[in-house]
Amino acid sequence: MEHGGGAPSTLLDQAIGTLAGRLLLVQDSVETSAAFLLHHLLKRSLSPHSSYAAVVFLSFAHPFSHYDRILRKLGCNLAAQRDNNRLFFFDMLIWECPDEEGEKTSGGSLISLFGKIRKVISALPQERKNSVTIMIDDVSLMEVAARGSTNLVLDFLHYCHTLTSELGCSLVAFTHEDIYSSTEAPAFILQMEYLAGILVKAEPLSTGLAKDVHGQLTVLNRGRYDGHGSKYKISNFHFKVKENSVEYFYPGSRT
Amino acid sequence: MADSICRALRDGALEGEHAPALTIKDSTASPFGFDVYSYVLSQLCSNILAGKSQSRGLVLVAFSRSPSFYIDLLKRRGLDFASSPKWIHILDCYTDPLGWKDGLVECASATSPSHGASNIATAYKNVKDVNKLLSMIVELGQGLVGQGKFRFCAAIDSVSEMLRHSSLSSVSGLVSNLRSHDRVSSIFWLLHSDLHQDRVIAAFEYISSMVASVEPFNQYANGQRGNINTPSLPEQNSAKGKFSVRFKRRNGRVRVVCEELHAEQSGINFTSLSPEDGVMNQGLIPKVQFSLQLTEKERIDRANVVLPFEHQGNGKLIQIYDGRRSLADANDEETPVPAKKSETNESSKGEIIYFRDSEDEMPDSDEDPDDDLDI
Repeated sequence: MEHGGGAPSTLLDQAIGTLAGRLLLVQDSVETSAAFLLHHLLKRSLSPHSSYAAVVFLSFAHPFSHYDRILRKLGCNLAAQRDNNRLFFFDMLIWECPDEEGEKTSGGSLISLFGKIRKVISALPQERKNSVTIMIDDVSLMEVAARGSTNLVLDFLHYCHTLTSELGCSLVAFTHEDIYSSTEAPAFILQMEYLAGILVKAEPLSTGLAKDVHGQLTVLNRGRYDGHGSKYKISNFHFKVKENSVEYFYPGSRT
Repeated sequence: MADSICRALRDGALEGEHAPALTIKDSTASPFGFDVYSYVLSQLCSNILAGKSQSRGLVLVAFSRSPSFYIDLLKRRGLDFASSPKWIHILDCYTDPLGWKDGLVECASATSPSHGASNIATAYKNVKDVNKLLSMIVELGQGLVGQGKFRFCAAIDSVSEMLRHSSLSSVSGLVSNLRSHDRVSSIFWLLHSDLHQDRVIAAFEYISSMVASVEPFNQYANGQRGNINTPSLPEQNSAKGKFSVRFKRRNGRVRVVCEELHAEQSGINFTSLSPEDGVMNQGLIPKVQFSLQLTEKERIDRANVVLPFEHQGNGKLIQIYDGRRSLADANDEETPVPAKKSETNESSKGEIIYFRDSEDEMPDSDEDPDDDLDI
């Protein structure tokens, strides 16, 4: 299993397994932020163990300096990785779909974004192509930037998904579940769930706040269709976010 | 039941009737629809290859998986692609459904379809044009089976994906046109039921002659989403679901059958439901710890019981207890009844025998039994 920095494999890494060629969807809620998962996955993808690996990061949420500061604490220098052509950071904070000319042109800018990602990946040497991770932080803000057109966002995700099956890249998408909870048919988030091979949900404890437990993670691993590992597996465990690391443990396994 | 689905798709359409059509539907709570779909697909493919089915070819419309995925899937099931009459064609609506990649000339050479999929897969780059899709499916199917009388099957791997790009009326129009086409032998498709309104699901169920749905065992009553939110166990491999099939006959008869579905590494298995679930299906008798029904022996025994006074008219003196008989009379009666029973030796006959203990048997309590009479 390829996981970060030779560290002992955590419950999370065990539950997720290998990422290559798959879409991982992270859902969190207002009470329990799962941003730490994104940092963990970013670090894991850039770990020195997999020197071929590259990350394409689409940030709709935070500037580069934000991630750089956090990852430095975790022992990973993003600026250096960016200079080494291992991290391709797309700052999408001010990006917006032009709206006037109808759907055709508003889709146009997402098409060009997809084109840029493909260009970055195809410029890589052949042996690195299948260890690319595309990360999106986060999909709900991407929907805002696409002027609320969920269909367009889904098309974009579908095209990114084709990259995973063509080239063996992996795709990590981050979104918020509770934004869509009150709509009559939460079709958008369900569509993403159908697309995803691995689903990670971060939720508050059902029993309320606790000092030593910051929330629970549910990992649904659909397994691969080529018959490696378990076919369909749900894991559930608690976590505690510490200053430089995160602790994962089974409910009741800590005093 | 999964077998009877595959048989119906294999046997194909009768002359002058619509082709049999199958809807496979699932939901996020039990997302095994695709496993069922690939099971049906590979069964049908092996039937086509063995020459057992009415159809001689299959057109697979791929929306949610890449052609190379399907080729791998079918190869793993031991199906042969190299056989000389070409029998499968994949219409690839997955790789570039909207023609985005066409516009990106600078990296057109970046992808080359792997696995030599190019000779059995055709890319389709404008999924919004449903009419063209229909004519393309028919064209590819006829290309497979030639101009003779042979028919072909069609499989659509996600109608949900089609519905995202075009309207309900156009998609259901495509499906129903395919179904009534005289060269189509059978057709099946996959639908994610929780992505659509009920009317959309109903529209597709009307078009189909069989509906196979995958449901979780313990369904929430209000269709609330998120069963996986709080699993009871820290880890579970819950690859199980309820598989129910509704067959609609030509004469309008509807039959519903249920099975249990296990998704395993090697594929998918169907087992009949365990007995207690079977009882629930047969009748609506609630499950209680008492036995509410009689066994056959109990029924016979009950029929043989002679009720009190039922012996009237068989020559004996009719005696009706009036509550004033003396103790002596009661004692007289005590002996003959068992004696008679032993001499006639009717041991198979049941009988209710009541011996009154004594004359001065007291009522249960000393209050007036007619206390509450309102006279």
